[in-house]
Amino acid sequence: MAEAHKHPSYMAIFWYLAILTVIELIVIYLPLAKFTIGVLLCALALGKAALVAMYFMHLRFETRTLGWIAITPLVIATLLVFVLLPDGFAVLKTTEDSRKPAAAAPAKH
Amino acid sequence: MTAATVHSAVHSAVEPAETPLTPQSWGKLGMWIFLAGDAVGFGTLLAGYGAMRATSGDWPNPYQVLGINLTALMTFLLICSSVTMVKALEWLGRGDRTRAIQFLFFTALGGTIFVSLQAYEWSHLIHRGLHINQNPWGATLFGTSFFLVTGFHGLHVTGGVIYLLSMIRYVANRPQAAASYNAVEISGLYWHFVDLVWIMVFTFMYLL
Repeated sequence: MAEAHKHPSYMAIFWYLAILTVIELIVIYLPLAKFTIGVLLCALALGKAALVAMYFMHLRFETRTLGWIAITPLVIATLLVFVLLPDGFAVLKTTEDSRKPAAAAPAKH
Repeated sequence: MTAATVHSAVHSAVEPAETPLTPQSWGKLGMWIFLAGDAVGFGTLLAGYGAMRATSGDWPNPYQVLGINLTALMTFLLICSSVTMVKALEWLGRGDRTRAIQFLFFTALGGTIFVSLQAYEWSHLIHRGLHINQNPWGATLFGTSFFLVTGFHGLHVTGGVIYLLSMIRYVANRPQAAASYNAVEISGLYWHFVDLVWIMVFTFMYLL
């Protein structure tokens, strides 16, 4: 009985994951702003990842140490996005600048 | 000193020094640290993908060129194989090694079918002109990042299948189910991680 309490029904988790995947497939065709769809998809993906980590990987029943280890890469990857953003904007500016003369003189090619 | 006394000596030496941070299984802690490192690798690939995409003017709309149906099926397959993995561990916990081996085999089979479908998808896309340095629908880097990220993940699945097959041998060689429980749980952590990464890859590279 204690065992049953410790590990919730794996089939229930399976159905949650399957349903969330179907919702993801529906979301991309919804008539919403691209940004809203992106936020929704990120939230759904994080929800699915959390279900897998918490129940399939038993993180919910583990010591807190393992939880901290598991959350670290997520923090690092999120920070990495902000580290890459300035680089990205610089590249974008360069490409836009290089496109401007081409637009001004379309007959060149 | 026999091996058993060395073992107990080591234990009595370790136990007084235990803190709340000491894990129940050092192997599990080791696997989690490895997975965290691996996750940073995947995180870097996906963040790089995002940066390249955000700064590209002609990035194609992935779900319009990549064919979502097959990939959705692959996602479903990987989720199923995660379920068979937890079932294998559950049977092992109940002392049924035969059932555990059966479910480990199903898990490995799921992984094999996943990689096969990926090979089919790749050959199909390569046939349509998407190469690692060529993309008929816009930015070349789309092809580069697509093959790099899905290939890196496919390599993990392939490694996982080999890992699972070796775990079948491991369980088969140990008459007592309890003797292999910890090792199978650790291999399960790796397998679920591969599933978790695919959830991310599927969302960021196919749907977004």
